[in-house]
Amino acid sequence: MTRKQRRLTLIGCALVVLAIAAGLVLNALRDSIVFFSTPSMVAEKHLGPGKRFRLGGLVEQGSLKRGDNLAVTFTVDDGGATLPVAYKGILPDLFREGQGVVAEGALDASGVFRADTVLAKHDETYMPKDVADALKKQGHWKDDYGAKPSASAAPTQGAVR
Amino acid sequence: MIAESGHYALVLALGLALIQSIVPIVGARWRDAALMNVARSTALAQLLFVAASFAALVTLHVTSDFSVANVYENSHSLKPLLYKITGVWGNHEGSMLLWVSILALFGGLVAAFGNNLPLSLRAHVLAVQAWVASAFYLFILITSNPFLRIANPPLEGRDLNPVLQDIGLAVHPPMLYLGYVGFSISFSFAVAALLEGRIDAAWARWVRPWTLMAWIFLTLGIAMGSYWAYYELGWGGWWFWDPVENASLMPWLAGTALLHSALVMEKRNALKVWTVLLSILTFSLSLLGTFLVRSGVLTSVHAFATDPTRGVFILLILFVFIGGSLSLYAWRAPALKQGGLFAPISREGALVLNNLLLTTACATVFIGTLYPLALEVLTGEKISVGAPFFNFTFAPLFVPLLLAVPFGPLLAWKRGDLLGAAQRLMVAGIVALVAMALVLAWTYGGATLAPLAIGLAVFVIMGALCDLAERIALFRIPLSLSLRRARGLPRATWGTAFAHAGLGVALIGIVCETTWNSEYIGAMKPDDVARVAGYQLRLDGLNPRQGPNFREMVAQFTVTRDGEKVSVMTPSKRNFTTRGASTTEAALMTRGASQLYISLGDTSADGAIAVRIYHKPLVLMIWWGPVLMAFGGMLSLSDRRLRVGAPKPAKAARALQAAE
Repeated sequence: MTRKQRRLTLIGCALVVLAIAAGLVLNALRDSIVFFSTPSMVAEKHLGPGKRFRLGGLVEQGSLKRGDNLAVTFTVDDGGATLPVAYKGILPDLFREGQGVVAEGALDASGVFRADTVLAKHDETYMPKDVADALKKQGHWKDDYGAKPSASAAPTQGAVR
Repeated sequence: MIAESGHYALVLALGLALIQSIVPIVGARWRDAALMNVARSTALAQLLFVAASFAALVTLHVTSDFSVANVYENSHSLKPLLYKITGVWGNHEGSMLLWVSILALFGGLVAAFGNNLPLSLRAHVLAVQAWVASAFYLFILITSNPFLRIANPPLEGRDLNPVLQDIGLAVHPPMLYLGYVGFSISFSFAVAALLEGRIDAAWARWVRPWTLMAWIFLTLGIAMGSYWAYYELGWGGWWFWDPVENASLMPWLAGTALLHSALVMEKRNALKVWTVLLSILTFSLSLLGTFLVRSGVLTSVHAFATDPTRGVFILLILFVFIGGSLSLYAWRAPALKQGGLFAPISREGALVLNNLLLTTACATVFIGTLYPLALEVLTGEKISVGAPFFNFTFAPLFVPLLLAVPFGPLLAWKRGDLLGAAQRLMVAGIVALVAMALVLAWTYGGATLAPLAIGLAVFVIMGALCDLAERIALFRIPLSLSLRRARGLPRATWGTAFAHAGLGVALIGIVCETTWNSEYIGAMKPDDVARVAGYQLRLDGLNPRQGPNFREMVAQFTVTRDGEKVSVMTPSKRNFTTRGASTTEAALMTRGASQLYISLGDTSADGAIAVRIYHKPLVLMIWWGPVLMAFGGMLSLSDRRLRVGAPKPAKAARALQAAE
């Protein structure tokens, strides 16, 4: 083989692999992407049952109810609308009423959001970014929701800069 | 005083780095040996000052000096000593200081052990190293100074995030950073080669051990982080395709490719331009990883930092270094001489295939990680790309790679014999098919893909063993002679075999854990019994206990199997008073490579506690694999060939020639 042929073989192989990869990526992007919504966005868009999405908002105070065998229901509120959520399993350590939550799942026929995952976040002061952004956009943001430790702690205000 | 000294030492290190950025380059232009040698002393002095600065921060944390904002926000006087020390890098400022300390350490190592490098190459390498260092010193001093004081010192600190109070944190970040930052060496060598316009096989011989070292640390760092997430986060997952995990996986994939292409360059003097590009890309991905984690742009479980000025600053660093080095590459790379012809079927060809598949896999991870960010910036739409995306793209690309792995070492350089290699792999193929059939028969009616994947893993492991057997002519010559040959084999060959076998071992673990994982989730009261995978777990009772800076509720389980008591497991739920946060401490019971895993949920009003029990078959193999890979890397690193200094390049006397 000449040098040119060798180079062409190489480039050919590379193109084949890249084409396969591009196909895989596009296919996967079509099927496995999950959109983020808040309860008001769900109401606006009329999301049908069975379509998977991520629901974000605040867990409404007093809405958490524990049923038999680890079944729980709570309501997610974004200030504009609310949506009931049903979940079966153990809630993450940082799940609390009045705090931000992100759940993944789909609506059922009766309009209840059936979550199969409730996401845990590492830091208890950490508001899920999606939720914070959505709340800000709708004008329901209160600074103390996601207050960072340095902003909420008075003594650090005297920090020497 | 200590805080001020630490701060001052850091400023001095910046000053030294600035000198080291310019003077050696000028020296190289003027061919002035004295100026070029400045790089060596400044690199060592810089290491000294950064080490002093880091030691100062550690001292502040250990002595709980709450007049320093960083200590106040991340420490507590009752915290155990170990976590006081590890808490230094459990926060943004401290971890950035660790980052530059490691960068200075690598620079210092090049300065100390680079005596056999051509003077101008060493000067260039250390200067580039200093450019990176200067940027990060500025970043720390301007946006994230760990030594800031508080005017009215509080009496007690806010404590470290409880999830991070774990031995895993002591090891995971330093390992990961040693990996990330270790790639800066190959980056500096690549940029230095482009600046000099000259590159040869000796260059690759210097770059390879550094890359290998960084790769070993990164491999162990990723494995460590994965195991930490597995036992600490309490849901038994070991890889979430979280952007932060991807941020460490991308440099690993590119680094693995670099390791292999540097081999071709060293042995055959081919793929030069590609190796230089990979060096740049690998470190760029490390920088990108730092950006993704540190800027807080991601909705991620790891996002500690949320300050936008930091994000913009790191983005700027990213832009300058990646953009700058790639432009330099586009400008200077054509000047590098090509060399080393080879046929498509050859060791080189196999390594090119390896590079092609690894970089493509890396690109898919890159797209999956950054696409949601790009889409949000462009359209404002929020999406998440989860595990299914990566499973559908990454896995299909790794299958051909794994199939090809055993062939690579069996092919000859320059022109290989695929048929011959296939014949020699016959035994591996047969064993793999038998394994596949056995697994299929044993799990009849279950998953169909899993037995295939197990077969593939066995093929990879057996392939590595076949290669060794072939080299020592096992069973073809007397055993004693084979053993003598085995002793005589270069350690790099053993290293290759271990690393490749590690890949197969990890795959077996991954497949078994994901396919035959069994779980029990339910509310249990004392004396209730749960049955999982043949084990009976009886909840004996719940007892409160007081820890140093937390209270915990410990549940005691007696594990029996076929009526015989196997073990007692005590998972707990900890409540950290200072932050009002709770963590779940899972209990693990290891049997061979399999584990039984219990984590606790909430206690309900009637005294029942939510319990999650998993049986994870062969789960430990997921981490034994990377450990084997790292061990292979270490063997290879200890190879005589790499320890003995590389030969002087043919044109060492070039400095004396007239300027072209």
